Amino acid sequence: MITIIAENSGNTLHPVTSQLVNAAISIGSSAHVICPGGIGAVEATKITGVNKVTSVLGDCFKIFDGSAWAEAINSSIDDDSNVIFTSATSQGREIGAIIAAKRKVPIIQDAISLDSTIEVTRTIYSGKALEKIQSSSKCVITIRPNSFDSAPQGNNAPLNTVDKSADLRISVKEAIVKASERLDVSEADIIISGGRGMGSIDNFAELESLADMLGAAVGASRAVVDEWGMPHTMQVGQTGKTVTPSLYIAVGISGAIQHLAGMRSSNYIVAINKDEDAPIFNVADYGIVASWEDALPVLKEELSKL
Amino acid sequence: MNIIVLLKQVPDTTAKISISSGFMDESTITKWSMSPYDEFALESALQLKQNCNGNLIAITCGPDRCSKMLTDAAAVGTDKLIHIHHEGYLDSIQTQTLLAAAIKKFEGEVIMCGKQAADTNSGSTGPGVAELIGASCITHVSEVKYENEELIATRLNSLGFEIISTSPPSIFAFDKGVKELRRPNVRGIMMAKKKEITRLTPEDLGASLTNSNINLISQMPPSEKAPGQKYEGTDSIHEIVSKLRDEANVI
Ligand SMILES: Cc1cc2nc3c(=O)[nH]c(=O)nc-3n(C[C@H](O)[C@H](O)[C@H](O)COP(=O)(O)OP(=O)(O)OC[C@H]3O[C@@H](n4cnc5c(N)ncnc54)[C@H](O)[C@@H]3O)c2cc1C
Ligand SMILES: Nc1ncnc2c1ncn2[C@@H]1O[C@H](COP(=O)(O)O)[C@@H](O)[C@H]1O
Repeated sequence: MITIIAENSGNTLHPVTSQLVNAAISIGSSAHVICPGGIGAVEATKITGVNKVTSVLGDCFKIFDGSAWAEAINSSIDDDSNVIFTSATSQGREIGAIIAAKRKVPIIQDAISLDSTIEVTRTIYSGKALEKIQSSSKCVITIRPNSFDSAPQGNNAPLNTVDKSADLRISVKEAIVKASERLDVSEADIIISGGRGMGSIDNFAELESLADMLGAAVGASRAVVDEWGMPHTMQVGQTGKTVTPSLYIAVGISGAIQHLAGMRSSNYIVAINKDEDAPIFNVADYGIVASWEDALPVLKEELSKL
Repeated sequence: MNIIVLLKQVPDTTAKISISSGFMDESTITKWSMSPYDEFALESALQLKQNCNGNLIAITCGPDRCSKMLTDAAAVGTDKLIHIHHEGYLDSIQTQTLLAAAIKKFEGEVIMCGKQAADTNSGSTGPGVAELIGASCITHVSEVKYENEELIATRLNSLGFEIISTSPPSIFAFDKGVKELRRPNVRGIMMAKKKEITRLTPEDLGASLTNSNINLISQMPPSEKAPGQKYEGTDSIHEIVSKLRDEANVI
């Protein structure tokens, strides 16, 4: 059996959790899902392939402190569980690494595929190479979102609740919301990113209205984050976020290697750029050689017909 | 206060990665650099050192070539340089065990590192070492200050940022910081050349490594995507939208 530490998105289960269950099924294992703070526990019982859900409730889950969370969760992990999965998100990576160190086992971060012999494929050198590594014994593996499909619904697994907290080592003095209330790029299934070719920060309104039509998040290249003061949380690339949405639309982005490092494994890539030689076209499934001023209105019109 | 910064030497981000006989060929790397996020960790460590009159120790674990990076760290003001010498592959828990042993030996109270190294892209070391030495752990940090015996960190998250307080021992894993990175001056470079590097083996640290359960099978270039389709002008948009809907099922 594989133990999965669920990921939450606000007060609900993050969709990546179901993908982790599917990863467990794909290597012939069933899954025990642990929900920190109980978030999404009922949803988790419905995922096919889950044979047990443990909801760990404690005061420490009010703020994110990886050490406290890992401590509270740790005793719910089955001793016979050879492999523990968490998601390769920032919280999942941190909790996974702390749990691995607690158990004195290695962690393999950011798996994009794996097989039943626990041979894992992952990217290294910011996507400039891949490696295959295999674990012959107990380990923790974090899995990149959207690397596996979601597992089907329709289960009714038993739900246990444990009360377990741990001492918080940190306290949050202040939380400052800087980014807009928009969807975060690391959570979104569709991302529309703009680059310097947008001309000015005001023109991002065009991308926002397109994003609203598609339920998408808005991302940005580093050029616009650095030069126009867009929030760093929107930046996609080597020094920003690595994203793997089902659809990534790059508008006025040249496609520098550092930008590609953050988005080239998206399932589908559409690029709009007026320069037909822009390197972004090398990774795009569909490239549109046009200015955004011409292309976006047509794109919006086509989408509104759907 | 003893401040420790963990620095890793990696192929420069502009370096081309070549593969030969199934593994990355180190001999083709012409430029090795400090991992980019570690530069932000170092800058913040230098500021904290000034802020609280601390002593700054840089620790790296790796082969011979890494000494140069320690000298670079001395050129901007690092007080003490520690090189845990190890050639070859180390898995995450082995790396953490060695670094944790060195942090204990040099009595580190505040430890700074990168959120993710540019070679492994993992983000395991900071949290793992924190667990091994019993330190509090804060990742995605852009700034750390010392005020009224408390460490105050800015932690970035998807909504913006949080101001976090904690008390030592603590580990801070750095994201891109807000600060300008300092560059060494000539005097700094000259002084650094003379600075002694303390070289330690795993045995010196009393951390004999057990065999790894991780087997590195192969490394390879990224799989090239099949070339996509490129269309001139906006006439194609109707077709692209219907393909995205009907073939790709993404909208
Ligand atoms: C260590 C390091 C780390 C980095 N990390 C990142 C990172 O994380 N993310 C990142 O994005 N970059 C990163 N960069 C920067 C990267 O190298 C590029 O400079 C940056 O991505 C360029 O942004 P851009 O594509 O928006 O701008 P540009 O390269 O200036 O491209 C603008 C594009 O817009 C097109 N264009 C212009 N007008 C129009 C129009 N009207 N309609 C349509 N198209 C138009 C142009 O043809 C051009 O292709 C990093 C660089 C370094 C050195
Ligand atoms: N061998 C090493 N020597 C010194 N610091 C390291 C080493 N490996 C990792 N680190 C530190 O831990 C950070 C994260 O590394 P990683 O967990 O490999 O992504 C790096 O940015 C460094 O600050």
